Amino acid sequence: MSRIVMGIESSCDETGVGLVRLHDDGTVELLADEVASSVEQHARFGGVVPEVASRAHLEAMVPTARRAFDTAGLELSDVDAIAVTAGPGLAGALLVGVSAAKAYAAALDVPLYGVNHLAGHIAVDTLQHGPLPAPCLALLVSGGHTQLLRVDDIAGKITEIGSTVDDAAGEAYDKVARLLDLPYPGGPPIDKAAKNGDPRAIAFPRGMTGPRDAPFDFSFSGLKTAVARWVEAAERRGDPIPVDNVAASFQEAVADVLTAKAVRAATESGIGTLVISGGVAANSRLSSLAAERCEAAGIELRVPRPRLCTDNGAMIAALGAHVVAAGCTPSSLDFSANPALPVSTVSI
Amino acid sequence: MLVLAIDTATPAVTAGVVSVDRESGATRLLAERVTLDARAHGELLTPHVRDAVAEAGHTLRDLDAIACGTGPGPYTGLRAGMVTAAALAHSLGIPAYPVCTLDAIAEDAERGEPFRVLTDARRKEVYWADYDAEGHRVDGPHVDKPADLDEVPRALDHPKPTPLGLVAAAKAAILGGETPGPLTPLYLRRPDAAEPATRKRVTTS
Ligand SMILES: [Zn+2]
Repeated sequence: MSRIVMGIESSCDETGVGLVRLHDDGTVELLADEVASSVEQHARFGGVVPEVASRAHLEAMVPTARRAFDTAGLELSDVDAIAVTAGPGLAGALLVGVSAAKAYAAALDVPLYGVNHLAGHIAVDTLQHGPLPAPCLALLVSGGHTQLLRVDDIAGKITEIGSTVDDAAGEAYDKVARLLDLPYPGGPPIDKAAKNGDPRAIAFPRGMTGPRDAPFDFSFSGLKTAVARWVEAAERRGDPIPVDNVAASFQEAVADVLTAKAVRAATESGIGTLVISGGVAANSRLSSLAAERCEAAGIELRVPRPRLCTDNGAMIAALGAHVVAAGCTPSSLDFSANPALPVSTVSI
Repeated sequence: MLVLAIDTATPAVTAGVVSVDRESGATRLLAERVTLDARAHGELLTPHVRDAVAEAGHTLRDLDAIACGTGPGPYTGLRAGMVTAAALAHSLGIPAYPVCTLDAIAEDAERGEPFRVLTDARRKEVYWADYDAEGHRVDGPHVDKPADLDEVPRALDHPKPTPLGLVAAAKAAILGGETPGPLTPLYLRRPDAAEPATRKRVTTS
């Protein structure tokens, strides 16, 4: 008998409610994926403002849930289990989703699973591409995360191989966009400008690629500073800023480091599948360079469609379904959200 | 009818089950769970609700309505109470009535002369509202420094609402079967957020 899992996400600026069907053979089918975003409210601040995000989550939570049930054509009483992002994320934002999930679970008398947001970004791929081979490697890139993860069991065993030592990749995009007077969030406008630019016009540094650097960690703070120096030098000379070339050269530096390290990690540990997920996964240069390098190295590349890559409730529902299928113990109703939940904790 | 009362606007995590007589409007507290822990609203509220309902000899499905404190409250936990009420109302198909937390506190106050209700707003400020001798709110809610307030003959300082007070403040709407207003917190303050100034240079000179 198939089971319906409801997923609730509120770790950053998207309020997401997803519904999936867990089939007896372990496959997970997407039924609804409703998201309300507060991104426009943060734009003038140039980054996510936690209190603004938390207020928006409270307003959007139940309306988003209603839309999800309408879309799926399901009743609340059809739900067999609920999963909610327990962390990592913004404390006040997580609190809204976790509190709502507890109330839904208590009222519907179904088990509740507090799950890891990062694992959700990986699990979402199963909605599009089917079961994940084990082990596989995952590269998570977004405004909040830049991580290289080894996945031995999506419901239980995920190990961090590397992560950023400073800015997240998406954060670097936002900061460079600001330097170039492009709108927030910076990913889409930089990607667009880069299409008309020369990626080899300016040789920006590749962070953490020296012989003594940690092989699978990332750093984007130096790159961001290098772009700022270059732009300021041009301004001092009174030169017009070649926005397209700066965007293309910056984007090339980001995509180069991310894909080189991911492919190297897969090759060195003999892993044949790479999943790239998170908001930055939709970046056109990152995905084309990853496809090129994975093919050359004989690695299967899986990138969920853009809608699934950004934060949403479907990814939490998908992870919840895998956790349910694995027979994990539900969370107690008094668990706390954990803003710093380590990726090794898939469900709490 | 059976009404669930919830409030997380003060350091207390408050849940209680109150029976309301449809004819007389008389209320009776059946069970309550109250803990003082300003950081545990998100952890404890739903367990408190579950335990209070169980102690009252009921299940959540027996509830007819919810009365939920909407603040003002300085804690991020205020939202935990409000989203809990909203999600319970959605899943149980019952109305959730917003109640100004200061009004709920005022319901428990002795009548006969005007009074002021104050709660801790942190940052050396207080939330306050003034009530007349019959307990009707005549001013507020506001947020201010205590030194900036005028003197009043009677002030109830830093208390918390009770389930009976919360239900009393919503009773007319509950018994009248009114459509509840939106569950919106009384924030009274704007979010702390500064728009970025002109960008900082990384190179000197
Ligand atoms: Zn994310």
